[in-house]
Amino acid sequence: MIGELRRSLVGALGGLGDISLFLVRLIADMPRALLRFDLIAKQVFNSGGLSLIIIMLSGLFVGMVLGLQGFELLQRFGSEEALGTAAAIGLVRELSPVITALLFAGRAGTALASEIGLMRATDQLSAMEMMAVDPIRRVVLPRFLGGIIAMPLLAAIFSMIGLYGAQLVGVQMMGVDSGSFWSQMQAAVELRDINEGLVKSAIFGIACSLIAVYEGYYAQPTAEGVGLATTRTVVTSAVVVLFLDYLLTFAFL
Amino acid sequence: MSQAAPIVEARNLSYAVNGRPIFSGLDLDILPGRVTAVMGPSGTGKTTLLRLITGQLRPLGGSLVVAGQDMRTVRGDALYALRKRMGMLFQNGALLTDLSVFENVAFPLREHTDLPERLIRLIVLTKLQAVGLRGAASLMPSELSGGMARRVALARAVVMDPEILVYDEPFVGLDPISLGMILRLIRRLNDTLGLTSIVVSHDVHEITQVADRVYLLSGGRVAAGGTPAELASNPSAVVKQFVGGLPDGPVPFHYPAPDYFGELLERSHGHSA
Repeated sequence: MIGELRRSLVGALGGLGDISLFLVRLIADMPRALLRFDLIAKQVFNSGGLSLIIIMLSGLFVGMVLGLQGFELLQRFGSEEALGTAAAIGLVRELSPVITALLFAGRAGTALASEIGLMRATDQLSAMEMMAVDPIRRVVLPRFLGGIIAMPLLAAIFSMIGLYGAQLVGVQMMGVDSGSFWSQMQAAVELRDINEGLVKSAIFGIACSLIAVYEGYYAQPTAEGVGLATTRTVVTSAVVVLFLDYLLTFAFL
Repeated sequence: MSQAAPIVEARNLSYAVNGRPIFSGLDLDILPGRVTAVMGPSGTGKTTLLRLITGQLRPLGGSLVVAGQDMRTVRGDALYALRKRMGMLFQNGALLTDLSVFENVAFPLREHTDLPERLIRLIVLTKLQAVGLRGAASLMPSELSGGMARRVALARAVVMDPEILVYDEPFVGLDPISLGMILRLIRRLNDTLGLTSIVVSHDVHEITQVADRVYLLSGGRVAAGGTPAELASNPSAVVKQFVGGLPDGPVPFHYPAPDYFGELLERSHGHSA
């Protein structure tokens, strides 16, 4: 039992070392990859644009639930007007970055990992190397950078739609005063709240994209290996995002 | 024809995977302008030899010189410069699945040159015409048959006008018509483009039709080498078994195993206990 625990701990630390080395390699190659803006733009679309529907739908529902729960809670203290503030702070600081990152890992991260893994399995990466094209620069980095750019944008859209959802339930259904809903939100939400959300989603973007491209790049070149890489992308991303979220929330207190 | 210096020269080459030796003391010369075939039973390291020649793997011992580069030490930009002088045809073609046939062939040009679009179009169309697939330029790789994909990959491999063209098992899984096409292309591209072709294969009858020189690998070294005719009349048992397709011989039918009856009668083994 203890031996098993020790082995998995050593394995996890080894994995952390490998992925850090991979990140160093990516950073070293980044200047040259940044010149290929066309490739990055395509990946922003692949990771971000194609995740838009799921992000918007989820944002709407999360906002609506927030409206209901917030109203019910605030009503006990007779302060329903604070619903706008509660929803905005909850969304911008916490829910948008975290839920966007989890959805991103499930939608875009798995797609990245399986795409790169299959390229490895079908010799496409070796073919690139044989054509004197570095697959890190041509395949991995545009996808990594695309994910980093897409994540904060997705989180911002999530917040916006979520606020609309909270307003839909709070103001339209439950009858909270529209004026105080918006004006209290405007007065209470500060720049540092926005910054906290932005920093979180940027860091989640780096973490999720890195895990996805790492798992894909080092996937065993078999059907089983690619499947395993996809699963590991989601599981690792989710745990890492929630862990980082705690650290970052603590740091912003 | 005067004997030119070899473009690939292996001397006492050794390589191992996980401590299991693949090559030990391999000597091999590949002359420029010829089609050289490397044959051998499955598992003798034919593909490994290709990966050593193309610098995807590094020799553990001996020497390997390709186009003047020492493959034990070449890395980074020098390796990429060497690879620009090589083309490789992978077993399944290895086309980039998110690009059309045209863009696949154009890929090396777009990555390595600043040629204007008009010129790229011209080059790509002539290469596709050479493999007979100009009409398929707008198709995606998923819409191609196995033979077509391999021909597109061939067009891509020669688009940068390499000096050396390397084929990894080019005949596997092809119907007789596609196979004939690939055979003809290997010879024609070699002669018209002035290439050096290295073909790894175990299809004896196909490859001996086009190869100028054949090497037969066995047990980590070259068992025989020479023209196809010389190989056919070679008296060695290994060559006879391979060329004749005999199921048993120096290469045994059975994978090494403990005594057959002993194992069948053993009681305390696995679930039969």
